[in-house]
Amino acid sequence: MHHHPDEAQFAALVRARWSVSLTLTALMLAIYFGFIMVLAFRRDLLQASVGGGMTLGIPVGFGIIVIASALTGVYVWWANRSYDGAVRRIVADMQSGVPSGQQAGQTVKGAHHG
Amino acid sequence: MASEFTSTIGQPNALSIGFFFLFVAFTLGVTWWAARRSRSAAEFYAAGRSVTGFQNGLALAGDYMSAASFLGIAGLVALKGYDGLIYSIGFLVGWPVMMFLIAEPLRNLGKYTFADVVAYRLRQKPIRVAAACGSLMTVAFYLIAQMVGSGSLVHLMFGLPYETAVLVVGAVMIAYVLFGGMLATTWVQIIKAVLLLGGASVMVFFVLRHFGFSPAELFRASAARYGDKVLAPGGLVSNPWDALSLGMALMFGTAGLPHILMRFYTVPDAKAARKSVFYATGLISYFYVLTFIIGFGAMTLVGQEVVAGFDKGGNMAALLLAEVTGGTMFLGFIAAVAFATILAVVAGLTLAGATTYAHDLYANVFRRGQSTEDDEVRMAKRATVALGVLAVALGIAFKGQNVAFMVGLAFAIAASANFPALLMSILWKRFSTFGAVCSIATGATLAVGLIVLSPTVWVDVLHSPWGMAAPFMLKNPALISLPAAFAAGWLGSVLRPEPDAEQRYAEQKIRNYLGVGAE
Repeated sequence: MHHHPDEAQFAALVRARWSVSLTLTALMLAIYFGFIMVLAFRRDLLQASVGGGMTLGIPVGFGIIVIASALTGVYVWWANRSYDGAVRRIVADMQSGVPSGQQAGQTVKGAHHG
Repeated sequence: MASEFTSTIGQPNALSIGFFFLFVAFTLGVTWWAARRSRSAAEFYAAGRSVTGFQNGLALAGDYMSAASFLGIAGLVALKGYDGLIYSIGFLVGWPVMMFLIAEPLRNLGKYTFADVVAYRLRQKPIRVAAACGSLMTVAFYLIAQMVGSGSLVHLMFGLPYETAVLVVGAVMIAYVLFGGMLATTWVQIIKAVLLLGGASVMVFFVLRHFGFSPAELFRASAARYGDKVLAPGGLVSNPWDALSLGMALMFGTAGLPHILMRFYTVPDAKAARKSVFYATGLISYFYVLTFIIGFGAMTLVGQEVVAGFDKGGNMAALLLAEVTGGTMFLGFIAAVAFATILAVVAGLTLAGATTYAHDLYANVFRRGQSTEDDEVRMAKRATVALGVLAVALGIAFKGQNVAFMVGLAFAIAASANFPALLMSILWKRFSTFGAVCSIATGATLAVGLIVLSPTVWVDVLHSPWGMAAPFMLKNPALISLPAAFAAGWLGSVLRPEPDAEQRYAEQKIRNYLGVGAE
């Protein structure tokens, strides 16, 4: 029962997973710590008025909250659309013991079909 | 405008007591229902892995939205304006990071606790002991903060004596966890999350009705009364290093909180785990937007003077606003929801602590994996009672103490002791047992040690012993303790490599990424 996953396909899967995760993580870190640094060094930027009695700080703050949620949405969308299908194919190949002969990389990136 | 208004807060309110009893009766009913399904270990610790992604999203949000964050952040906004939003953002941004780095590997590799993941290919005993210390410390500090907070909140809300309040919280919480295990605890979180989000939404509706349903109008009215400064960042973030350090603790600490991590085992698979973080993040975002509007509503409709007059920390802002906008009945409802919130969070923490003791320490260390599931569940139940009693005792012992720093400390330990070891065990082939123990020990020791030497404890709690200034200048230690924990993990693994563990990494990867063999 101990079949191994196709090495090239599996490596591509892991690579794709971390390139997406780490890009999104880096984005979140940059946005949050960027905000903190603006608070610490250029608070006046957020005190600027944007009309209607509001300061820039309010839309920026709400924007970060919305972006944080949206990024999790992006990840779920990517994983549902691409990652899960690639996992299913690799596992199916493992269980049948026959490599599907698909090219590495195609499994993750070209997952347009069901 | 509302300066002459007299509140009924602090007097026993028949309605809120009624609502509260209704909640307790209903949730105990749920517990009774769950009791028959909480016999095996997987049922007691992980609700039989039967919770859906959406339900778990609500439960995660329920675990995270404490009374302290509801009442505390609303109060902070009411008194300080914009600065309250900075806190909310900090508490939120850890969620995406947890999803991208931890959620799916945790679900695929573990069984009941995050120590399962760290110990997956390393030596059980040292890892379990070290990880249990990290978990139990996080749970203990978080629990003390919640118990002390709950005692004073209930005292303020209902006029109930502090000790009675702590006892009631302890007794009901023990009943949930002891009889209903994770299933009951999950449903208590879900019910409470729905009540809290629903109640806060209604309150925001009531507030915005006064301003033609325009938040901008509300902000304008606040600025007209208290000056433009309330709409912009004030003095909360003045020292960039302090801000960076607190930011790191909040961001990576969320991914190291044992009671949150444990929730990922209640869903059937990694896909559902991922989905649950998506829902949780959305719900928590929505909740923080509501608290921001509630804060400004309290500032404008109740008035800062009145809010500060009730409690100088502003903790009664949301309740005062409920009374002003919805009358005594609505106040009763919101007060009962706040009490329910306390109960639910405390129950989640206690379950996490009991699981750590029974699964990591008792089953895998004391009995070396030789105990039966029944033994383990029996131990978890005993640990629940012991932890509950301890929580009540500590809650009473710390009465009147300044424990606000303890939540920050819990996050700092979670970020420094738990998160680095967890991430390295998932990502780094050469991570060894010695490295993991070094990482956890370094993270925990530095987090606790530095916070004692920091102004937060040294000055505010210990009142500068020997007249010395605080030896460590940052209020939160994560800036030092988190990188140090990663460095110690690396160094330990390089000094004492573990070829066996490296070999098993290939198998761990298959389970991690493909879910093959996951529980």
